[in-house]
Amino acid sequence: MTADAPSASNVKAAAPVVPAQRARTATRYLRYGAGKVAGAAVSLLAVLVTGFFLFRLIPGDPVKTMTGGRPISAEQLAAYREEFGLDLPLWQQFTDYCGKALTGDLGTSYQFRAPVVDKISEALPNTLLLTGTAFVLYTLLGIVLGTRSAWRHGGLGDRLNTGLALTLYSIPSFWLGLLLIIVFSVGMGPIPGLFPTGGMESGGEEGFAYVLDVAHHLVLPVVTLVAVEYGQTLLVARSALLDEMGSDYLTTARAKGLRDDLVRRRHAVPNALLPTVTLVFVNLGRTVAGVILVETVFSWPGLGGLFYQALSVPDLPLVQGLFLFFAAAVIVMNTLADLVYPLLDPRVGR
Amino acid sequence: MTTGTTTKTGAGAAGPRALARQRRRQSAVRFWKRYRTHRAGLVGLVGLALFALVALTAPLTVGTDVSSVTGAPGRPMESPSAEFWLGTDRFGRDLLGLLVWGSRVSLLVGLLAAALSVAIGTTVGVTAGHFKGAYATVLMRITDWFLVMPTLVLAIALATVLPRSLGTVVLAIGVTSWPTTARLVRAQTLAVESRPYIERAKALGGGHWHVMSRHVLPNVMPLVLAQTTLMISSSVLAEATLAFLGVSDPTVLSWGGLLQDAREAGAVSSGNWWYLVPPGIAIAVVALAFTLCGRAVESVLNPRLGVGR
Repeated sequence: MTADAPSASNVKAAAPVVPAQRARTATRYLRYGAGKVAGAAVSLLAVLVTGFFLFRLIPGDPVKTMTGGRPISAEQLAAYREEFGLDLPLWQQFTDYCGKALTGDLGTSYQFRAPVVDKISEALPNTLLLTGTAFVLYTLLGIVLGTRSAWRHGGLGDRLNTGLALTLYSIPSFWLGLLLIIVFSVGMGPIPGLFPTGGMESGGEEGFAYVLDVAHHLVLPVVTLVAVEYGQTLLVARSALLDEMGSDYLTTARAKGLRDDLVRRRHAVPNALLPTVTLVFVNLGRTVAGVILVETVFSWPGLGGLFYQALSVPDLPLVQGLFLFFAAAVIVMNTLADLVYPLLDPRVGR
Repeated sequence: MTTGTTTKTGAGAAGPRALARQRRRQSAVRFWKRYRTHRAGLVGLVGLALFALVALTAPLTVGTDVSSVTGAPGRPMESPSAEFWLGTDRFGRDLLGLLVWGSRVSLLVGLLAAALSVAIGTTVGVTAGHFKGAYATVLMRITDWFLVMPTLVLAIALATVLPRSLGTVVLAIGVTSWPTTARLVRAQTLAVESRPYIERAKALGGGHWHVMSRHVLPNVMPLVLAQTTLMISSSVLAEATLAFLGVSDPTVLSWGGLLQDAREAGAVSSGNWWYLVPPGIAIAVVALAFTLCGRAVESVLNPRLGVGR
């Protein structure tokens, strides 16, 4: 209280400096942001080139890979070659491919005879519903359990928590999904079939009943995805909080007489959250794999299910389109996280 | 390293090579003494030894003709009994035999893919740490790019466009999973290269190759060992995933392939749990065992981590 008067005068004296300082941090942030965006653009270009390399150069003859062993006439083969532009010289194929991809044309699916972009935009909302729900749940669960684990590290709760997380982390997600279907959808022993075996809707429902129906279908895929993904967040949050545990500001907070619970929630956890959030975003690539497998197992009509359908043919334009989409989505999400991060943590990017 | 040739030369007086060998043996003993105190690491090691034993003795214990469809001994989809401990598959083959033979494929592919991935990662990491400047910058940008990419999607794409074989699976997993190793090894290389004895080696005329192979590599080897153990765990999982998605060699039955078979045969909707449970448990136990060993090795080499006890 006694410090009030001098600090007020300090603020007044410093007042002309503040806008200039703010402008400087703003420029610094802009420079940092521009760097990140440029980096992301380079990464996206690299994805584009990799896509061409993977699906045009490595297979040798993509049409042969796709029709793989099925009897096909020479005229049909030639027609397919022309359709996919394989009769053109390689450099022209490359420029065509880049130009089309940049304008949002990813070619035509071989098995659905429909534009790849249409197939992707059809499936995207379903994937977002599944992944978004699971993402929120496993991040929250991982952070809550991880910080509790670290706070009482070495205790029984901590050992059980990390043990369970490591075990679930080692389990293949598709296997867990199959088991959940057997136990909770088909029914086993005393447990009746509680949930649908797959798909997203039973059909014929409308309004609120439709929402409930979709939620009913959503339960098992979300549980599977959360189970295999939360362990990673838990371990990261745990070690991030362990890093903070010895800090002086926590001793100060305790010396002030704060309850243990408040010291954890108000002081320690917010600092441990920042590295956790970054790692959650860096690990999105792994989540994509989980989504593909879970959607495959539960026949969820999303991008992962589409990817599996494309693989079994193999429908190369569709596989390529989805590859580009997944890679681009992960890069964009990471860049967004990079851009938001310094706004949350003033120590970064200044 | 060169144990075979040094035995004779080092027999008399303790030459430099014999000394080095002695030192190496001592540090191995020290390593084992500390590893022994990690209970989880020991459990993992015992588990691995058991799996290795089962995989190596497969021809003796279950015979060599378990995967033949025509000579299947049982009826299709039998539940576990005294004759078939784990039941039979859709062709009436003994699932226990298939599981044991599958362990050979899963472990072999896991080991080879991890070896390839760690070899690439170590090469990239050591050279990026040794040669600074534009070369290192470009290499680390590539590493970062791979780190962010959905690696499994990349591996699946590679396995789809290449001919279906186990070699393809090894290649697809190996060339997509090296970036974490590269980052770790580079950090360690930078730490090693800042030590005075590197400067001494350079002053005495040691070239790039000499510094990297004689001074840096031996110092990053422990880290590489821990990383390899952890990579095998994720490679076994990746192999199972690729086989389950049907982009592996369809003629070879690995654990992931068994699960795909089970799903195609409708084991899920008819509730034939015995078809699904054992391969999944096998994958999870092997992956967990390698993870436990890797974490124990990590904490022996870096006591500050304090994990895995």
